[in-house]
Amino acid sequence: MSLDLGPLLPGAIVLSSMLPGVLIFLVDEESHLLRTLLNLFGAVLKLVLVGVMIWGVWRGEVFESRLDIAPGLELVLHADALSVLFVSLSTVLWLITTVYAIGYLEYSVNRSRFFGFFSLCVSATVGIALAGNLLTFVIFYEILTLATYPLVAHRGTPEATRGAKIYLAYTLSGGLLLLVGAVWLRTLTGPVDFLAGGVLSGMPASMHGELVAIFVLLLAGLGVKAALVPLHGWLPQSMVAPAPVSALLHAVAVVKAGAFGILRVVFDVYGVEFAAELGLLAILAALASLTILYGSVLALTQDGLKKRLAFSTVSQVSYIALGASLLGPIATVGGMVHLVHQGIMKITLFLCAGNYAETLGVHKVSQMDGVGRRMPLTTLAFSVGALGMIGIPPIAGFVSKWYLGLGGVTAGQHWVLLVLAASTLLNAGYFLPILYRAWFRPLPAAWENEHRFQTRFETMGALLWPPVITAVLCLLAGLFAAAPVSPLQWAQLIARREYGL
Amino acid sequence: MHLDLLTDPLVLCIMLPLLGAVLTAALPRRAVLLGSLMAVATSAAAVTLTILVWQSGTLRVALGGWDQKLAISLRADGLATALVVMANIVGLGISVYASGYFRDPERMRAFWPLWLLLWAALNGLFLAGDLFNLYVMLELLGIAAAALGALTGSRDAIAANLRYLLVGLLGSITYLLGVALLYTAHGTLDLDLVAASIAADDELFAVNAATLVLMVAGLALKAALFPLHFWLPPAHANAPAPVSAALSALVVKAAFYLILRLWLDLFAPVTGMAAAMLLALLGAAAVVWGSWRALRAERLKLLAAYSTVAQIGYLFLFLPLLAATPAGPVRDSLLAALVLMAVTHGFAKAGFFLATGLVQTNAGHDRIDDLGGTAQRLPATTFAIALSGSALIGLPPSGSFIGKWLLMQCAIETGQWWWVIVVTTGTLLAAAYVFRVLSRAFGLEPTPLRFITDARAEIPALLLALVSVAVLGLASGPLWTLLGLQAGGDA
Repeated sequence: MSLDLGPLLPGAIVLSSMLPGVLIFLVDEESHLLRTLLNLFGAVLKLVLVGVMIWGVWRGEVFESRLDIAPGLELVLHADALSVLFVSLSTVLWLITTVYAIGYLEYSVNRSRFFGFFSLCVSATVGIALAGNLLTFVIFYEILTLATYPLVAHRGTPEATRGAKIYLAYTLSGGLLLLVGAVWLRTLTGPVDFLAGGVLSGMPASMHGELVAIFVLLLAGLGVKAALVPLHGWLPQSMVAPAPVSALLHAVAVVKAGAFGILRVVFDVYGVEFAAELGLLAILAALASLTILYGSVLALTQDGLKKRLAFSTVSQVSYIALGASLLGPIATVGGMVHLVHQGIMKITLFLCAGNYAETLGVHKVSQMDGVGRRMPLTTLAFSVGALGMIGIPPIAGFVSKWYLGLGGVTAGQHWVLLVLAASTLLNAGYFLPILYRAWFRPLPAAWENEHRFQTRFETMGALLWPPVITAVLCLLAGLFAAAPVSPLQWAQLIARREYGL
Repeated sequence: MHLDLLTDPLVLCIMLPLLGAVLTAALPRRAVLLGSLMAVATSAAAVTLTILVWQSGTLRVALGGWDQKLAISLRADGLATALVVMANIVGLGISVYASGYFRDPERMRAFWPLWLLLWAALNGLFLAGDLFNLYVMLELLGIAAAALGALTGSRDAIAANLRYLLVGLLGSITYLLGVALLYTAHGTLDLDLVAASIAADDELFAVNAATLVLMVAGLALKAALFPLHFWLPPAHANAPAPVSAALSALVVKAAFYLILRLWLDLFAPVTGMAAAMLLALLGAAAVVWGSWRALRAERLKLLAAYSTVAQIGYLFLFLPLLAATPAGPVRDSLLAALVLMAVTHGFAKAGFFLATGLVQTNAGHDRIDDLGGTAQRLPATTFAIALSGSALIGLPPSGSFIGKWLLMQCAIETGQWWWVIVVTTGTLLAAAYVFRVLSRAFGLEPTPLRFITDARAEIPALLLALVSVAVLGLASGPLWTLLGLQAGGDA
């Protein structure tokens, strides 16, 4: 079989969820089976295609799809090591979340609309991951905004409409800044693709002022989605979305797209050494540290479980930006690997939160007394995610923090240790009380809104197994960090390429 | 030879709808059938024309056998053909939609002859090769448009369209004055000959400049350039939906096309940076003011009409950039971006108005604040509004995104960065007014069972919107070829 997949595969990966998504819109509301088939067909097909791609990239093959939109404006989808990291994360978690969402929304309304946009959302995320130049990145970044808006507004309540409006106001303004930055950069460089090591280091010193201004524009645009303080205001508001959407938003799609964009701009547009030379890393480091601490402090004060998780996301995603802002391969590894680790830990936490809400009607931390005894598997998964966030070995989060700390010390930036220590304390401060309540407090006499499913497990299978699986992934990613296909090893591969080692 | 002429797609593009107008007027009982057939035939002729121009470049036909100075001549170059193909595909969509729209047989019989007449005038205007012929078509277009706009017969509609008619007459008379001046000075009406004469003769600068002012002012009135836009919102908002679509997407575009034609081909030696800057400033004001009024509009159709005022404004922003850019691939790309934005707006606005009409029919009104349930009951219609809305905002992937990208790129390159602020402000305002509508679609209403509820009305709207987004946004390269421009805008 000598079919050359190179120019087709990236496009096919984007389309594998986009086409089923479009078809799902046309499916009649009551055709559960057809819709579920389309959903799973897309998710599984994408997984297979991504598997083929990982195998190819590992062997050094080049996968690149190009489409001329207009002369000089090219849509480029290109699979390099960094995109593979993000693509794999989103594809695996999409499959899991789809199963979960099918269970979660079985009895609700407007399912065709929901699953249609759900698929488009993932297509856009994968497009962002595979984008080979800034134009393509901007295109998919905006499509992501549009595809997510109906998901946030899905419930249709006044709060949902309001949350969606705030989400849109933030992300569209951010997208516009990103667009202006990208266009401006384009006038200086002409059409350039992302390249490991950056493409700007050769620019004459007279342009450095402009380059700094452009970086600020790009960072502001990306920072909105990455929820960098003070651009994070939309994130807690969009908590009104259904649980699978929150999970997807926080672990895979929107927030990650922003963080991923920051990595792209720092490493593959500016080049990390050149960015350091321009003093841009200092700006990023300051913003990231501020966000890490501020998000954690606010998380402490939240009683709503999803709100607490939301502020925790604000804080944790900035670890990725922090890793990018420290010069040196070790910190880079820490930032990159956290892209995956935060994803699997946070999705576990959100899916568990969804289970508590669906099964017991529990939405607040103060209602969580004894949930561990009623729902042991869910709470076990939740505990793995929470402990991982705090950074307890051997869960994935520990690996990220270790590399970030070590990277900070090797870069001579010892303050990073302080930030990490403070953040860890705060993480413990807002997660441990939940675990304590869940496991050690007595059960209440009755749950306010309990929902009994016809199953011998604590809740419906489609709701239970997804978080359990992701919790196992968190453990595996930490325990087998040294194995050849672990996220850590892949992050080291990326770092080696970025620094030309 | 005469038979040759009759089968020439250039001639057919004008004769077929004209014939259709006569037939539908003569046989009102068969109006829908005949009208639809002629719509299909006209669009087929336009597509054939496009393929011919694509393959072999500019086409010309001289009618009547007079010499070139006075002849009635037709000319299809890249620019004209791009607009013709847009107008005819949109026209076909509007026709399909209209074939099921009118409940009242009286209105339906009045609609078809007028609509086909308007269509003929539109094609005639795009394809005319001499100034007088252009005037005739412009006049015909204005009269047919005003008559169509008043078709609902409501008091508001008649008042608005009477004003539209008078404004249109004023505009075309001013234009005719310019034509007379040009004829006196240069002794010909043929576009190419006048252009050559203007380029050759410096001594007539004052006359030429005065003519330019007259003609552009007259046409700006018809194109609804701020502050001459006052007549547009009531006229477009009170017409029946298919007519609103034609007026907003096509008729206004025709006046702009004529300005562009004069500006680029005829008066190139006379136009200066100052004049371009003035028009662009008015355009910028149109972008901001039109978008703002759209945001404040209480009715959906009024929103769409004000959005047209804003979108026309964008097109004028290109003039100073074109003036500042030397001939070459960069300028070519800029010109293509301008045409791309105009064409995209044609598709998007038509899709938007058709969908709006469906909402209005279903809800019995178009007050945005009370649209919730209706928007949710009609998923395909809401989807069409969303798609065309994202093209109006300029979100990717849409033709206007590519257009705005190139516009901003060129603005930064030529140091006219202030246009970037105008574009971003307009984009944000557009996002606000489009999502003000879309947010109504998410409520607690019961779930619709099916995506498409009324195929004949929803599919044209959806397809037109889809063209503005997916086709023009992802594959706009062929436009460069059609316009006969050099590829590679970034060299």
